Amino acid sequence: MASVTLRVNGRAQSLDTDDPAMPLLYALRDSLGLHGPKFGCGLGQCGACTVIIDGQAVRSCQVSVSSVQNKAITTLEGLGTPEKLSPVQAAFVAEQAAQCGYCTNGMIMSATALLQKTPRPTEAQVRDALAGNLCRCGTHVRVLKAVMRVAQNGQGGR
Amino acid sequence: MNDITLERRQFLLASGAFVVGFALAPVDALAQQQQAAQPAGAFPLRGVAADNVDSFLVIARNGDVTLYSGKVDLGTGLRAAYGQIVAEELDVPYERVHIIDGDTALTPDQGGTGGSTGIVGGGMQVRQAAATARQALTKMAAQKLSVDAADVTVADGVVRTRDGRAMSYGEVIAGGRFDVKSDAKAPLKNPRDYKYVGKPLQRPDLPAKMTGQHTYVHDLKVPGMLHARIVRPNAIGATLADVDESSIRNIPGARVVRIKDFIAVVAESEWNAVKAARQLRVRWTGGGGLPGSDNVYAMMRNSAPERDEDLIRQGNAAAVLQANAARRHAATYQWPAQSHASMGPSCAVADVKQGQTTIWSASQGTHGARRVLARALNIPEGEMRLIYLDGAGCYGMNGHNDVGADAMLLSKAVGRPVRVQWMREDEHGWDPKGPPQLLDLRAALDENGNIAAWETEAFLPMNTPNLPSRPLLSFVAAGIPQPVGQSVAQVQGNAYPPYDLPNMTAVVHWLKTTPLRPSNLRAPGKLGNCFAVESFMDELAAAAKRDPLEYRLHHLKDERGVAILKRAAEMMNWQSRPSPRTGNANERVALGRAIVYVQYKHVDNRMGLGVEVAVDRQTGKVKVNRVCCAYEAGLMINPDAMRNQVEGNIMQAVSRTLYEETTFDQAKVTSVDWRSYPIVTFPDAPVLEIDMIGSPEDKPLGAGEAASAPVPAAIGNAVFDAIGVRMRRVPLTPARVKAALSGQA
Repeated sequence: MASVTLRVNGRAQSLDTDDPAMPLLYALRDSLGLHGPKFGCGLGQCGACTVIIDGQAVRSCQVSVSSVQNKAITTLEGLGTPEKLSPVQAAFVAEQAAQCGYCTNGMIMSATALLQKTPRPTEAQVRDALAGNLCRCGTHVRVLKAVMRVAQNGQGGR
Repeated sequence: MNDITLERRQFLLASGAFVVGFALAPVDALAQQQQAAQPAGAFPLRGVAADNVDSFLVIARNGDVTLYSGKVDLGTGLRAAYGQIVAEELDVPYERVHIIDGDTALTPDQGGTGGSTGIVGGGMQVRQAAATARQALTKMAAQKLSVDAADVTVADGVVRTRDGRAMSYGEVIAGGRFDVKSDAKAPLKNPRDYKYVGKPLQRPDLPAKMTGQHTYVHDLKVPGMLHARIVRPNAIGATLADVDESSIRNIPGARVVRIKDFIAVVAESEWNAVKAARQLRVRWTGGGGLPGSDNVYAMMRNSAPERDEDLIRQGNAAAVLQANAARRHAATYQWPAQSHASMGPSCAVADVKQGQTTIWSASQGTHGARRVLARALNIPEGEMRLIYLDGAGCYGMNGHNDVGADAMLLSKAVGRPVRVQWMREDEHGWDPKGPPQLLDLRAALDENGNIAAWETEAFLPMNTPNLPSRPLLSFVAAGIPQPVGQSVAQVQGNAYPPYDLPNMTAVVHWLKTTPLRPSNLRAPGKLGNCFAVESFMDELAAAAKRDPLEYRLHHLKDERGVAILKRAAEMMNWQSRPSPRTGNANERVALGRAIVYVQYKHVDNRMGLGVEVAVDRQTGKVKVNRVCCAYEAGLMINPDAMRNQVEGNIMQAVSRTLYEETTFDQAKVTSVDWRSYPIVTFPDAPVLEIDMIGSPEDKPLGAGEAASAPVPAAIGNAVFDAIGVRMRRVPLTPARVKAALSGQA
């Protein structure tokens, strides 16, 4: 058993694992009970597991838990709550930009990371930033509207 | 149950039931997401007869209304719509309505959720129950207030007399029951007075889903729960020759569970289960024998049909075809096997206990699934409870029932609750598939270029007669007896055109089998059939050198259909000319446009749908730039939720048309991830313009899936318009478009 310390949503949290190579996703979901990031493919192809690490949108199924110690990890839960939604989350609700919502985590995290760096992206930039986030329900148009709503306000990711 | 004085809802919670409910006020959604302890003692007792008002509706003393719905919200917004229906017909504030869906112990069996029947079927049952409840409450209140029932009014859950006395619903029912059957004659609200129906109210589940607070089935943790992964064979139907259990000895807590050819690993930690499944050394023998996806259409054509069925036979198409041999056209269309390709691999948790088995499942039909699972476990249905929790969108029967069976067998074997989540390759590889379709079309034109005769000859997989349930993977592997056969839903729909043709024949050759285990995949059969029929219609228009819109309007006699098709043309700003476009041969990226008309299943939604595409002649890549759809929506309970469904169906159909084919070799499926089975991405998502046509006076129609049917033909036709080559096989991959351009297809 190895002890690993993660900084998640501004809090340092320790967890024990028998495998330091375990992907971060399993630590977040199973050890820390953070269910925002979802298992979609485990292959880095769909984006459902996206978290923000040191400002970058990262596929949490593709990084080991030991490799992200001492880095600032933000999950969907760290952005806002139902009572106090982040601007991107609020825009997704306002546009009703989901159906099943399983992939939504990835959209919100990727969009948030983009907006933190580029507060007023063009729609083409948004499409590019979300190119690795798959949605099977076909809510693309609503997701784009939601992100552009924040972009036009210039609110950034926060 | 008459003497129950506890508020029923509290009674249910107090009984220790794991209840997940939804309040319709978004902020309340969390508070209502009750996750009480494990069921202790017997399952809660509740009448769940589908013709009884008490089965659907419970009113607490404080006026809170709970709807118990057998239909489930598969990410479609059904909870919002049902809340609106109840609030409207019961006359209570929308925010006071709570919904519990799909729990077999608490909800009436309204059949599975699918085929865009959530409103047309289940929603109307809910409406009738709510209207009956309002009628009953009015009567009860009048009695208690000693006035005539005609002399009270109701608003916002309060009954008032003319002399100013008032009584809330909670006081009227006082924790008791309605004890009335759902009454088809109970008076319904006048649509002109609608307060909630027809309003684009927000879905109650989204704030929690946007913040990671919502409990999907994937998120459920049960005390003592083990994680499991299934180890699939290297060929469909292979048998297990040998397992080397020592091969996972180094993984803490991991162990093998084997039931005949069903093999899985369980572990305390999920990651260890994943690793163990990868690492376990297994030897398989036999299996396979598939034709391979490139040979599937030849196999279908050469199969002896189990039987033939005439879908339509009017006039004498054969004779007219023969008489007009000079103006005879024929083409063959091919639609591939496709996966539901859900974003989240199927997942379930099962806790098999003596006398009381609980399965948490994202099944689209929990009541039906319980029948199948209880039978396999050889226990009475009353000893099993399925609790619905949201999964990833399924669009039909994906692996949700398979994984429930997996979890059940494993929990029984290890004596603890077990959570099974499939891996990506399980979902793409082993979910039941939308089956391949093959259609031969023939037509003859008259001297004016109009259609004199039409013949459809379709090769489609049949439904095994009276099959009670679709076979489940782990039951096959574990040797558990189950009904044998296949079920593909009504795949023959829309296999002939919606136009007024004097001589028309459509025959289906029903094939006994299809290579991969089939199930219902969104709008079963209709995408492939409409692709063939409306593409061929375009071929005929082109042969007659007529504008595709004018040609359709000429043959369409249904007035409402004409209006809807014209509306789509207006949205497209349609310029009349024949296809293909001319004068663009030197453009690398050629633009094309098309318009099609479909009436879903010939009796449901009418749709005019136009698309604009860009085709790159060098790469063969097709990009859909814009889709315009005039959608006959009927009564819209929640217009925004319904529009969301129409949008999603169109987008998914774009994806299915351009990218998606389940490929397989002789052994098994080979398209097992998002690279080998790509779907539409954000950069390629078209702009959607949708006109939802309906009014509160209309009857409800299907809320979404119809919109997927016209899309494939519209894309194929627009590609023809752009580059002058006809695509008759889906998906329209760059390689196929390039081959067609160079005359090889």
